[in-house]
Formats: sequence, C-alpha cells, structure tokens
Amino acid sequence: MSDSVETAAVAAATSAATSAAGQSGTVVRSTVLRRLFRNPLSLVAMTLLLAISLLAVLAPVLAPFDQNYANIAKTLAAPDSVNILGTDSAGRDVWSRLLFGAQLTLLSALLCAGVAIGIGLPAGLIAGYYAGKFEAVSNWVVSILMSLPGLIVLLTIRAAFGPSVWISMIAFGILISPSYFRLTRTAVQSVRNELYVDAARVSGLSDLSIIARHIFSVVRAPIIIQTAAIAGVAIAIQSGLEFLGLGDPTKSTWGVMLSEGFKNVYLNPTLLFWPALAMALTIGGLVLLGNAIRDALEDGEKIKHRRGKGAAKATAPAAGAARGTGQQTTAAPAAARPSRKSVAAVVPGTEHHLIKVTNLGVGYPQADGSIKKAVDDVSFHVDRGEILGIVGESGSGKSQTAFSILGLLPDNARIVAGSIQFDGCYTVAPGEDSVNQERLSKLRGKRISYIPQEPMSNLDPAFTIGYQLVTPMVRVLGITKAEARKRALKLLADVGMVNPERTFAAYPHEVSGGMAQRVLIAGAISCEPDLVIADEPTTALDVTVQADVLDLLRELQQRLNIGVILVTHNFGVVADLCDRVAVMQDGRLVEEGPVREILRNPREPYTQTLLASMLEGKEPMSMLVSTLQKEPVA
Amino acid sequence: MSTTESAPLLTVDNLAVEYPSKKFRARPFRALTDINISIGRGETLGLVGESGSGKTTLGRAILGLAPVTAGTISFDGKDISHATRRDRRDLSRDLQVVFQDPYTSLNPALEIGAILAEPLGVQGMEPAAARKRVKELLDQVGLPSDAINRLPREFSGGQRQRVAIARALALSPKLIVCDEPVSALDLSTQARVLDLFLQIQKDTGVSYLFVSHDLDVVRHISHRVAVMYHGEIVEQGPADAVTTDPDHPYTQRLLLASPVPDPDRQEQRRADRHRLLEAQRMQHEQAGALA
Repeated sequence: MSDSVETAAVAAATSAATSAAGQSGTVVRSTVLRRLFRNPLSLVAMTLLLAISLLAVLAPVLAPFDQNYANIAKTLAAPDSVNILGTDSAGRDVWSRLLFGAQLTLLSALLCAGVAIGIGLPAGLIAGYYAGKFEAVSNWVVSILMSLPGLIVLLTIRAAFGPSVWISMIAFGILISPSYFRLTRTAVQSVRNELYVDAARVSGLSDLSIIARHIFSVVRAPIIIQTAAIAGVAIAIQSGLEFLGLGDPTKSTWGVMLSEGFKNVYLNPTLLFWPALAMALTIGGLVLLGNAIRDALEDGEKIKHRRGKGAAKATAPAAGAARGTGQQTTAAPAAARPSRKSVAAVVPGTEHHLIKVTNLGVGYPQADGSIKKAVDDVSFHVDRGEILGIVGESGSGKSQTAFSILGLLPDNARIVAGSIQFDGCYTVAPGEDSVNQERLSKLRGKRISYIPQEPMSNLDPAFTIGYQLVTPMVRVLGITKAEARKRALKLLADVGMVNPERTFAAYPHEVSGGMAQRVLIAGAISCEPDLVIADEPTTALDVTVQADVLDLLRELQQRLNIGVILVTHNFGVVADLCDRVAVMQDGRLVEEGPVREILRNPREPYTQTLLASMLEGKEPMSMLVSTLQKEPVA
Repeated sequence: MSTTESAPLLTVDNLAVEYPSKKFRARPFRALTDINISIGRGETLGLVGESGSGKTTLGRAILGLAPVTAGTISFDGKDISHATRRDRRDLSRDLQVVFQDPYTSLNPALEIGAILAEPLGVQGMEPAAARKRVKELLDQVGLPSDAINRLPREFSGGQRQRVAIARALALSPKLIVCDEPVSALDLSTQARVLDLFLQIQKDTGVSYLFVSHDLDVVRHISHRVAVMYHGEIVEQGPADAVTTDPDHPYTQRLLLASPVPDPDRQEQRRADRHRLLEAQRMQHEQAGALA
C-alpha cells in the first residue's frame, strides 16, 4: 500500500507548513534515551541496578568487616547495632558478606556476558555478512554447543578445574554464546542486501568499515537487550551451582550465602532471605531494564483513551487475502457503542446512487489528544456501470477513502465527519465515528469487493488458488463445493487463463504477478458484486501486463455492469478506463468531473501541475518544471 | 545524439552474467546473455525492459555487484570486468550509482552529512574539506544546507533521492549508473528529479546509464536507448527512433502498452495495440507452421 498510515503521516508532516486545511497534525518524535527515562518501569530498574552496583563498588568502604572475618563468639546472631543484618553460623557479618558478594556476583555475571559476546558477536557478524563456508561451519559448532547439557558440562568443568567462579562463568559464557551468534547473524542477514550497503561497496569502503559503519548499528540494540537477560541468567546459574555446594567457600557470593543460609534455615531463616532478596532485585532489575529498552526501541508513543479494542488489523497480509477473496475474518465490531437496529434513512433523492460518500473525514487520534486528519471533507458518488477514478500522489488520502468504504481502516482510525451510503443504506450514518462492521460485513465480499495493489502478498502462499477462490463462494453464496469449483474454473477462463484447471490447482508462487492479479480479479467478481474497489490494481505490474489487465477490467465491467472505484496515480490508466475522475491532494478532493474535461481542461492548479508532470508528448531533454525551487524540509 | 571523437567511456562486449544455482549440481541461472553496449562521454544510454529482463543486473555487473561470467567491461580504457576491491576504490571516483528505492539506499541511522561524506572519506579527504564539499553538493541538488544534521527519515522520497544523487556526485564521477531512480517517486516529484538529472549533466558532462521500465522516462532523458528482453538486448539506437518507431516486436508491444493521458487518443492506442498483437500472433503462427 503506497498510502499507508506512515507515509500519510510523513507527507502530512512535510506539507503541514504549507496547508492549514486538509490533513493536519504533526509527527511526534522522541529519542530512545528520552523514552527510556520517561518509562517509570525502566527508571525503577535503572535506579535499582545503579544502587546495587554502587554498593558493590564501595563494598571495601561500606562493609564494617572483612568478608571472611569470623567472630566465633557471636554465631547466628540477630541483627544489632554492630552486625546490622546479624551473623551467620561462623560468626561472619551478613551485611559485609552481602556487599562483597555483590561484587563477585556482578563481576562474574559481566564476565559471562563478556565471553558470550566476545565469541558470539564477531562470529555472528562474519557468518551473517559473508555467509558461505564460515557460516556453515559455525552453524555446526553452534548446534553442537546448544545440544550440550549445560549443567553437566559445568559440573564436569568444576571437577576438572576446581571451584573457581571465574572458570565456571567463562565456560557458561561459551555455552551461551550461540544465542548471541544467532541474534547477530539474523540481524546482519536482514541488512546485508540493503541498497545502502551496496552503495558503500560502490564507494569502495572495505568490508571492515562497512561492518563497523552500516551493519553494527543494527545489532547494537538487540545485543544490549540480550545482555540484560543473559546477565540475569548467569547470576541464577552461578548461584545455583554454589547453592549445590560447588562454589569456592573462601569467596563470598550470594550463592554461597544462600547455601549457608539453607543449612541453617531452621536456626535463622533470615540468612536465606537476604541473598535471595539481593538476587531477586538484581535479576528482576535486569529483566525489567531489558523490557524497557525493547519498549523504547519499538515505536511506543501510546495513544490514550483508545475506544474499541477491535481485532480488525488491516495490515497483515492474511487480512489482505481475506479482503481479496471476500472472506470475512475481521468481523470484530470496532464500534464501542451498541449498534441500533434501525438505521437512519438516507437523504431522499440519493437512493439511486450505488455508493455515495458525503463530507467524509477520517482521522487518527494522536498521543497528545489531537486528531490527525488523513481525509477531510470528501464527497463523491458512483452509479451502476460507472468507473470513477480517484487520482492523487502518495499520502493524498485516496487509499484511506477507499478503505473507509470497505470498512477496512486500521483499528485506531476514526470517521470524524460525514457519511457513506451504499445502495440506499448508510454504512456510516451521519454522526457515527466508525464503520459499522455489522452492516458492512453483509455487503463486503458479496456486494462490495476489492482488488488490491500487490497481487502476490494478497494470496495466501499456503493454499492453492482454487481453494482461495472456492472457499469465499461457498461461504458467501451458500453453494456447494462442486458448484463453486465449476464457477471458479469458469471465472479463471473468463479472466484469460489459458489453462484454468492448472491455475486452479497451482499455488500462488507458481504463477506470475500478472496471473496473480487476474486471479484476484476473478476472486473479486466471483460473488457478483455491485461495486468493485480497485486500489492501484496495475501499479505493481509490467506495462505490457498492465495493458492486458486494464483490458480485462474494462471487459468485465461492461459485461457485468458494475460500478468501479479505481484508485491510481497514473493518468494514463485513468484515460484508459474511467468515466469520471476525482483528484485528491492532502486528504481533500480538489476537483471532480468527467474524464475528458479534467484531463483536457483542468481548472485547479494542482491538477494542472500533475498533468504537466506527465512525460508523454514532452520535448525530450527539456526541463519539466520551469525553475528548480528548493523543497521545504519538514 | 552527441558523439565524441575519442573512444567511448564505457564499453561492454559480449557480457554474460550467471548466478550459481542454489540447488546441488544444478545449472547456473543465466541472467544476461551476449550484451554489447557502449556509452560515450556526456551521453545517456537509456535501458528499458520489463521486470526480470536483466536491466538491473547489467547495471550491477558494471558496478561490480554481479558476477561477470564471460565478456569484458572496459571503462575509460581499462578492463574492469574482474576489478579487485582496491581497483574498485579507485574506480569509485569515476563510477557511481543511484538506486531505485530512496528508502533503503540511505542508512537510516546516519545523518545526511555522514552519508555524503562517506565516499569522500574513503578517498582520504580531510573532514573539514569534506564538510565543505557536502555543502556544495546539497546546494547542487537543491537541498537546504541544514539538511547536514538530519536523518533520512525526515525527508520525503524525492528529497531522499536528491541525497542519493548528491552522494553519487560527491567525487565528480564520469559515469553514474541510475537504477530506476524515479520509479518510486510521485509524478510531480519525478519531474523535478528528472530535471535535476538533466541539469547535472549539462553542468558537469557526466554520462548516465539510465535503467527504467518506463518508456516515457527513458525517451525523455536518453540520447540512445537499448531495449532488454529475457536477458538480451533486442534493439538499440537513437532515443527518438527506438521509442517512437521501434523495429523489434517486443518494443512495439511495449510502446503501445503504455497508456496516454487522453481518453480518445488512448482508445486509438488501445485499438492499435490489439491490431499489433493480432498481427504478431499471426506472424508467430505462420513461423510455427513453416518450421
């Protein structure tokens, strides 16, 4: 979809300075760091982790006793003014041991994460960037590492090298490095073929500089998030080992303290409590911080007061497939208020219009409470047997208008003004703020159908073309499968398939883009609709294929006498098919009229500009725009 | 048509490009077969064809981004068919690229200034001098100089394409490979960017290999046009001749398939196209019957 919400938002932002009416609103930007500091969860987590680290660093200063100083005369003592958290079974100060324990525990967790990053990150970068043999070999190594039983390896290493925290954490770091490797490799693979990497190659940058400049930035964030989680796991594993009594008894760590506390749990349960609390706070802080960073990186400006948490996600390709074949999977009523049975009657004298859109406005609530309008005050109508072209550039709101007729606007969209009526009944009555899905789902697929822009992404690759044609017909028309199959084969022949049987049995990837678009057109007319909405139906196709598809559309429209709304940016396509044209700019309809009048004698300057940009009939190598003016930057 | 007395800037002789097949011991995929083109100094060669015809691959082969299986590519008198990474670094001063998609051809994490300074830095230019050159470039492509500290996402598609053009111009190259540089842009933006390409050529005398699927665009900007079909060049010649009175059946189909913005003339063209398709079909059948 060329005019998705984002492009509309960007376009609105760029044109906000020039046009007060039409689309309005601004794009709110905030950096990751600022978002991180605004999130109370991350603030708590960061404060907590900072405090624990500070305590660990300042342990030698803050601790009243050495970690191994034992006062035999005062074992298992209750807290007092000298030993503020009491003493353990050997008379050692719990508070001091907690502080020194924090030092060792945190450092060893860092060591573990460091080793894992040191191995996983470079290996992942190389494997992802160069692929080939290195990737194959390292995938084997990773598979072996991941199939090793971690705890048994750690126990073996402890038996071989003695009870050193450092050695066991290095071993654990190696064991856990595959998680970094896989993360890095996947991230690198996703950008390896980006055009900006190619551009850097053309500029003669060495591989090392390309990785450092262009590739590393995409793995940085996931690595940080992963590290927060890994550090938590490292603390848990290390403490687990020591709890089993496999730690170094001469070093104070939280795990050793836990083990000690467990032995004396009946004598002094608080010995178990303090290290457990320290671990819980640290690991919890790390997990929360990881989550908060993830939230901050995902565009997370939450919009408050959202009404109607409907399930109608119009973005997923699956939903697109449902649109294309007329299947109704997005039935969740987006309207929060209960829909009244009786719908207001339309204005008398307009019933004969197949579809009539009156003063339609579509808006998106913003984080600051305002509403950003994508469509403003748009009115038009289409009669039976008529083709209306809606022309405009990206972000002009032409697709938003089409989607509001189909009732397939994104979840957070609001009808802020106007009404839509279909065949004498309102689908959006005046005053309603969303499309009535109940009313529309009876029409959609059956009487109103849709031809999308991207034929390939609107067919489900998991099912045969025949299945995707038959299922909606069985559901919507209530005919048997055999009958639907017969109809589907006839439809495929109608849309110009040389061998309908073969296409019927084929999967979407087995046909070309032009063929896929023919299949979607067959699907759109399969339930004998009155109105077809075609959103840039030929934009993704080659010119020669486009001409064939246009011929097909014209032939079908004339034979079935249906109304068509054709959304496009191409005046050639308009001239080829349309009876009337509506020109849209920045969400508003600037001009509407019969096709010859608009194309030959446009009245509005915007239409004139657009037509002047056409290359057909221009003197080659001449300047198209008289002066090269600077475009304003948003 | 502007011919120069000296040898052409770029000559491609009998070029073939094959991609190894993913399947074990399968035959490699042949993307280009027996390509012969040349581009003179200050000349634009338009390359037109449908998706999958190999026009993008030809551009990438010249840039060293696609494997050359056979044939030679010589640039400025030097054979660059198998240039090393070091050769490419020197070559990048004279040979540059503008890609189709202005949304993925600029690193979203880098500021415009850093993106434009990249090719300058590779050639060892001092940061201060590079910054001055970046300002010149922004001016040349019609962007405000405060764009330096902005991120690509703050710009519209047309403005991003201007940044990409500025990056290509940074080292004052002799040839720019333009891979569908206007097909992702809106109509009015496309017109402004085409103007920019023409203006730059007028000012600097740069040559273009201009790849596009749109016959109208290619006719507007090219001195000569080559038509690609299924990995081969089926027709090439002066822009005017190829785009208004083509010889090859495919080019004829392509010409009549692109719609004109007037209902009555378009109806005429539609009828012409149907007549042509019918004639070509008859011819094909006759050829089949004879064989």
